[in-house]
Amino acid sequence: MAELSELTRHIESYVDASRSPSEQVASLRAITSLLNKDLLSIEILVREMGLYLTNTDSVIRCRGILLLAEVLDSLSSKPLETSTIHSLIIFFADRLADWKALRGALVGCLALIRRTDGVGMVTISDAMAVMKSYVQNLHVQSLAQHDRKLCFELLECLLENYPDAFVSAGTEIFYAICEAVDYEKDPQCLLVAFHIVELAMRQFPDLCGPSDGSVGEIFDILGRYFPIHFTHAKGQDVDVTRDELSRALMFAFTSTPLFEPFAIPLLLEKLSSSLPLAKIDSLKCLSHCTLKYGTDRMEKHAMAIWSSLRNIVFSSSQEPLLCFDSESVDGVGFSDDEIAKEALTVLEKLVMQNSVLFLNLIVNDEDINLIFNNINSYKSFSNISLQSKQKIHGVGCILATAARSTISSCNRIFESFFPCLINTLGLSILNPSDNMSPSGKHAVSGTPNFGALYLSVILLEACRDLTVGSAQGASFPAHETFCCMLESFSASLARAFISNVGRGNETSIADVILGVKGLQILATFPGSFLPIPESLLEYILTALLSIIAENFQSTLSWNLALKALVNIGLYIEKYHESKKEISYMVVVEKIGSLLTAAECVMPYSRKLEAISEVGMSGRNYMLKVVPRLEEAIFTNLSDLFENGDTGPVDNTVQLLECYTNKVLPWINNSEGFDEVLHLFVINIWNQIECCKHFSIRTEEEDILEATIKTIKFVISNCSETSQNVIVQKAYAVVSSCHFFSWNESVVNPIEMRGLDISHKLKLSIRDRLVLSLFSSVIMAIHPQTRLPDVRATLWLFMELLLKGHVPSAQALGSMVNKFGSKSNGQSTLNDCLLEEAMDIIFNTSISHADSAFRISTGIEDKGTMTLKDLCLGASNNRQLQINAIVGLAWIGKGLLMRGHEKVKDIVMILLECFSLKDGRHFRQDSGQENCEQDVSSSVMTYAADAFHIMMSDSEVCLSRRYHANIRPLYKQRFFSTMMPILQALIIKSDSLFKRSILCRALAYIMSETPLVAVQGEAKKLTPVLLDALLMFSKDNQDKDTMYSLLLLLSGILTDKSSQEDVIENAHIIINCLTRMVSYPHMMLVRETALQCLVAMSVLPHSRIYPLRKQVLQAVSRALDDPKRSVRLQAVTCRQAWLSLATT
Amino acid sequence: MVSELINANPVVYEKKERRVRSTPSCVDEYAAEPIDQLEIFDHLRDIKDPEHPYSLEELKVITEDAIEVDDSNSYVRVTFTPTVEHCSMATIIGLCLRVKLMRSLPSRYKVDIRIAPGSHATEAAVNKQLNDKERVAAALENPNLVDMVDECLAPSNGFAG
Repeated sequence: MAELSELTRHIESYVDASRSPSEQVASLRAITSLLNKDLLSIEILVREMGLYLTNTDSVIRCRGILLLAEVLDSLSSKPLETSTIHSLIIFFADRLADWKALRGALVGCLALIRRTDGVGMVTISDAMAVMKSYVQNLHVQSLAQHDRKLCFELLECLLENYPDAFVSAGTEIFYAICEAVDYEKDPQCLLVAFHIVELAMRQFPDLCGPSDGSVGEIFDILGRYFPIHFTHAKGQDVDVTRDELSRALMFAFTSTPLFEPFAIPLLLEKLSSSLPLAKIDSLKCLSHCTLKYGTDRMEKHAMAIWSSLRNIVFSSSQEPLLCFDSESVDGVGFSDDEIAKEALTVLEKLVMQNSVLFLNLIVNDEDINLIFNNINSYKSFSNISLQSKQKIHGVGCILATAARSTISSCNRIFESFFPCLINTLGLSILNPSDNMSPSGKHAVSGTPNFGALYLSVILLEACRDLTVGSAQGASFPAHETFCCMLESFSASLARAFISNVGRGNETSIADVILGVKGLQILATFPGSFLPIPESLLEYILTALLSIIAENFQSTLSWNLALKALVNIGLYIEKYHESKKEISYMVVVEKIGSLLTAAECVMPYSRKLEAISEVGMSGRNYMLKVVPRLEEAIFTNLSDLFENGDTGPVDNTVQLLECYTNKVLPWINNSEGFDEVLHLFVINIWNQIECCKHFSIRTEEEDILEATIKTIKFVISNCSETSQNVIVQKAYAVVSSCHFFSWNESVVNPIEMRGLDISHKLKLSIRDRLVLSLFSSVIMAIHPQTRLPDVRATLWLFMELLLKGHVPSAQALGSMVNKFGSKSNGQSTLNDCLLEEAMDIIFNTSISHADSAFRISTGIEDKGTMTLKDLCLGASNNRQLQINAIVGLAWIGKGLLMRGHEKVKDIVMILLECFSLKDGRHFRQDSGQENCEQDVSSSVMTYAADAFHIMMSDSEVCLSRRYHANIRPLYKQRFFSTMMPILQALIIKSDSLFKRSILCRALAYIMSETPLVAVQGEAKKLTPVLLDALLMFSKDNQDKDTMYSLLLLLSGILTDKSSQEDVIENAHIIINCLTRMVSYPHMMLVRETALQCLVAMSVLPHSRIYPLRKQVLQAVSRALDDPKRSVRLQAVTCRQAWLSLATT
Repeated sequence: MVSELINANPVVYEKKERRVRSTPSCVDEYAAEPIDQLEIFDHLRDIKDPEHPYSLEELKVITEDAIEVDDSNSYVRVTFTPTVEHCSMATIIGLCLRVKLMRSLPSRYKVDIRIAPGSHATEAAVNKQLNDKERVAAALENPNLVDMVDECLAPSNGFAG
């Protein structure tokens, strides 16, 4: 019976109040697991515990019962026998009477009541017993917070799981609920309490009988809490928010329609409160009540509700002008404050529910009619008083809300108010075909009345929203009253709007906004409701277009008109209005033609903005716009190539940038543009091909750069088929150039020849452009794209690379990155596999005729060099060596990213560069250069930089956008292979210079590796890291690398696992950081260094106290830093180190 | 110390929104940003009143306008207004201001702390006391006073460093 004694020990440990909580939890867990494994049955447990459960000492009894209850609570998913459950629940229900040991009884009841079917539930009769005991014995409000919460949860659970038991308990239970909830103040308890009331009222509306007394009583208790006022501060540890509580209360309010006589007056009373929160809560509650209480009950209060809602809307501090958000034309009128918005929501619900009644109220409302009667006094925006503006805005909101709710209400509102507006505006029924001229000569005489126009726009918008919304539902009887009214006046309305916009300088902003918005709304009515004649639509579009073409000096109206056009385009695209699309296309054409129209004086940037924005509103428009843009690009480029005459240089650059940055990303997300893009590139190549002699000046380099960037971007978006064609074309152009000497017909077999780079290559600007474009093409293509003559291309790039043409090196890197390889059996369309390409790159013999030592061509010659030899300085030309190393770096990058093993060879070559006999042995070549310059530009430095090229992410090539072959985690892998090698070399290095170069190489690798990978090696790396930081801090060459190294250091400092190491090195770390604090070239470095120092200040006192003086000196200098954020950081840091003395 | 609060029920004002300085995306790395009024105010605004849990800003003891800075001549003058005229805490507040600025400003600065004219009964005496180097030094030798000052300067919850 070892188990039993074990059990007794656990029970004793739990019951003993002097044990620590963790011990008690442990013993609880032990007992539970015994039960779960069936090593112990509940019966035995109860028998063992017998004495504790009935002890006369209330403390022990309490703990005993609680233990049993907690055990049951954790067995909620273990099946138990019915008889066991029965005896347990009877026991716990009985114990509810024992107030001294109540906690356990509550937990136990709750645990059992919560049990679900299938694992053994409490029977109804037992639940009734619990409820009876609850009603008799519990005085909830006299208990402590947690017990109260348990009581409420028990009640909630009973209500949810045993509604029948509830019914039989009769009205008594309602009094119990009232008693329990009354005066409850704790948010957590209240949340449950509100739910209890909601459940009770919803499930048993009849239970409390028709006698209003008890319903009133319950509501009386609930009503006191409204609106929820929360005094707990945010920071306090309460997991119930005000919103949750207020929602729970709202659900309780609306649980039964019986509450209506009490709730609505209360809510109306609170609406008139001055507390904004109370208003919002009441409005939210009111709209919920509307839905739940039903039409009949709400009707009684209609008048009262309407007048409070109207007052709220009228008194909201919004005025129309504030809503004219110049950013979006859509925003007119509906950026209200929250209260008015809630009020309008309620109104909308009420109108939907009982439209006749509420529309009568609205239509006959005195205030609203007063506005309409006096509408003549609201002539111009600037002359209306603020108060009247608010009134007009309020009326607009109310009418719009009513009109938007249903079709019948829309009809009613239009019938009642629209004629008045039309009269005021002096509009008559026009035949749209008459006198429609965009010039607006036949415009309405005089200024349109602002108030009337504003209200018409609002009404129009409301019924547009209504029709657009229901057009999708499609169940819409044609020709509603409002449609007919609108149809007959649409032409004259449009005219009024146009005259509002186009009155030159005297127009106020408000007028322009109204006019443009009105036009946009008219143009976006669904054709099935308001068949706007094509001529009218064209008239509207032309009006907007003329604003764009002529009004470019006024930013606001120009922006608004463009925005309106774009919105119309989006609308047509979205709802497939084919008729309107035809008219719109005309506009797109016209905007497109602006670009090349010389007589148009609009600034070029504006033209580009207009054309690209309109194009982006739909695919069909883009198809129209893109050729226009491309045409403009061709014209500009051919002017440039042939005449050297560019017009304003900016234009072409702007054009290319707009094309690359705005249009291409959009095209990228939609389909069907492949052909367009493809033709664009081919045409540019054709252009270059045709023009043999460029008369371009050197200062137009940036146009060429922009062109190359655009082409590269376009190609990367093309499909493989188009890329194949493009590559063919590009190759054809390149191979016809004079510098290209590897046509297969001429040289065969090519391997025999070797590469002679002794001659000087004279490249014209055209040649350079062709070459750069060709390398861009190669950089941007898919791996599967077929290259025409791989070997010749490789040789071409090899030669150019050695001449210092970096794009060629990048293209070579891209090629080796994308080639298929024999080993992994990748299918490739190219006849050259990676292995062969590598062979060409590394084993081609290169001859170079230089002054120092002359090598004749031919592979038999001993003096022939390979790329490797060049890197190691076999030729005595230093520039050549540097070019070779840079090229090697890009090739290495390509291989590294795909995770190819050959990258090892490249690394070996670079490492050999480090161990050249004397890194500075070319000094004699450049006698006049002084020593320092020489060091910085030495070959070894380039070898170190090669690691930077290999590790850093390039925007130019070898990125995802340019379809690079990227192996996951390649940086981490490279880091973990290189770190030990470089570290060993650093230790062995004999000269200071060499050591610094090696440090630099390692630093480049570290700074580009993800932090997590480096942190693991913190111990070994810290010294190198600090050395590198100090080294970089001497000049401003590698600010960014330095910053990322510092971030790495701060990562190590804040990492728990490297804490010991940091403590050990505290001295040198602080030494380094105090120097970084005054690094003059980058603010972020200084700031981060100070942050690191703050992090260091929490290290063990004994270790850092000796360094305090040094830090404080450095930091007080930083207090006078030129940058503010550094100074602020310095104050924090200084404080942290000053307080070391006191702690 | 004081058994009774000197101003038991001070008027508490709303905190001003912290002005966010506009930082242009492309900043000149070498351009200097001189120390200005707002920067000094940011140092001082969160100092706690010695007898209330409110900050000096909330009690309007100091305002941004009451700070004069001349960065080129390394000079700052802070004028503060005690909540009541006979406030014996004025010297403590002044001392807090001085200590905070001593810790936050570069050593080249000369700091003047003054009581707003007419806002305190013994204005001249307090001003003299606050700007007397030796008396300030002596005060900071007193551990009780230093504790009190540190208490006031301790960062409040929201802005703990």
